[in-house]
Amino acid sequence: MEDIGFALGKLAFLLIFALGFGGILTWVERKQSAVMQDRIGANRASIFGLRIIGLFQPLADAIKMFTKESFRPANADKVIFTLAPTISVFFALVGFAVIPFGDVLYIGGKAVNLQLAPLSVGILYLFAVAGMAVYGVVLGAWASRNNFALLGGLRASAQMLSYEVALGVSIMGALMIYQTLDLQEIVRWQGAHYWGFILQPVGFLLFLTVGIAETKRVPFDPPEGESEIIGYFLEYSGMGFGMYFLTDFIETVMISAITVTLFFGGWQVPCLTAAGFVFPWGEWALPNWAVALLQVTSFTVKVMFFLWLQMTIRWTLPRFRYDQVLRLGWKVLLPISLANILITGLVILLIQ
Amino acid sequence: MNVHDKYKPLNFWERTYLPGIFAGLWLTSMRFFRNMAAHTLHAVGIKTKRLGAVTFQYPEVLRPIFPRLRTMHRLTRREDGSPRCVACMMCETVCPARCIYIIADEKPDQPQIEKVPKSFDIDLGLCIFCGYCVEACPEDAIRMDTGILEISNLTRNGMMLDMQTMLKLEPDSRRYVKYNEKGEIVSAEYIEAKGS
Repeated sequence: MEDIGFALGKLAFLLIFALGFGGILTWVERKQSAVMQDRIGANRASIFGLRIIGLFQPLADAIKMFTKESFRPANADKVIFTLAPTISVFFALVGFAVIPFGDVLYIGGKAVNLQLAPLSVGILYLFAVAGMAVYGVVLGAWASRNNFALLGGLRASAQMLSYEVALGVSIMGALMIYQTLDLQEIVRWQGAHYWGFILQPVGFLLFLTVGIAETKRVPFDPPEGESEIIGYFLEYSGMGFGMYFLTDFIETVMISAITVTLFFGGWQVPCLTAAGFVFPWGEWALPNWAVALLQVTSFTVKVMFFLWLQMTIRWTLPRFRYDQVLRLGWKVLLPISLANILITGLVILLIQ
Repeated sequence: MNVHDKYKPLNFWERTYLPGIFAGLWLTSMRFFRNMAAHTLHAVGIKTKRLGAVTFQYPEVLRPIFPRLRTMHRLTRREDGSPRCVACMMCETVCPARCIYIIADEKPDQPQIEKVPKSFDIDLGLCIFCGYCVEACPEDAIRMDTGILEISNLTRNGMMLDMQTMLKLEPDSRRYVKYNEKGEIVSAEYIEAKGS
């Protein structure tokens, strides 16, 4: 009974984490791009005259999306057309189950592992979920019975499947060092030794690049291609479009969370152990709840940094052409990933 | 000159595009942090010389306008409040958009003025704001210095501007930029407006 309560609590935290960040990113995207371009950005949405720098904008967006007519083309496949955005959001959300957001927390003498699903093959689960994410896009595009949407779906499948390969290969080097697939163990290993980006700088850069490509956002957005084909969500309006829109942002949070877990020590805080801080000049004991709180905060702050970085990249770099995306994926990122594995293996052999 | 001479071939490091990417990210993120610092300082009430944004929050903060800008028309008045216009039809004749309609009237009790306008209408829906009417007027009776830019209406008839309305209008000095002797802009409202 207690276990169910703990599981529900962790589930609530992860859902609030993913959906909260996903929702607020719609506001962050507008505000950050505005500040980068000497503008002010969305600041008009208000409740009873209360504006708080436009933070009600996501709420206004949500109300707009829900109240708009949800149009379905006459020849569209009713079931799949309606279901596809939900599939898209679902596979973006379930990945969070294996992300560890803290170490062990003791509540009433019971040890609670701050990770919803302690899978020993966490990474493989993440790849499986990321591989399924393309289905929401392709099914939605195909079911709309629109040539431009179909074109967007084809581009999405080609891009996401080719980057899936590089995504898997790019972290092989890191996994060879960690020697485990369990994400919680990976984070603990990084706490005991070094954070991943020190040992695997190339792997980190490759993973971040491929991860951004997986989110289908601007440097890699041929599936949307707003200036040429409107994209796979062409026929969607109202909340159907809203869900695709949200999927992009949840995937952004997802990629940030995975990057932090694999390469930036997850919930690790420098010098913090389970008993408290251990500085080179002394120790500072902390209770278990304070350590857990610091770890969760550390994870959140790191994720927020990577969200900022992805937003900066999205508003700085121009978009790739479709052929450039595929050329970059197959001819550049994949060979470098393979070379990374080879060199990592050689170094490991030499050290042993 | 061969057009290709302008471009020197990229070396290997440049061909990876990584230096370009990092230079771009550096530029945009530095601008982000500089503007965020300015916004934060403004939020706690510290004025900085460099502003975080160039935006005017339009309905609340009006952008200053320059004195030579042609805005909505007004008719000037004599000391007794009657229109200065003598219905000479100069403006109506010169108007390239033909949007001025004057009906003249006699004024027998004032021998120094032969004619006065009975009605003086301008169709703002047709007006192209060229300012020829102001140039043509021999009596300085029509001016375009009200500072009113927000001209809109739901009907075409609503765009008609009649004599009684135009006689009541005054130049709006609040919106005009002010200069000092050196010709620099000194209007405090201008700086305040930009800082908000």
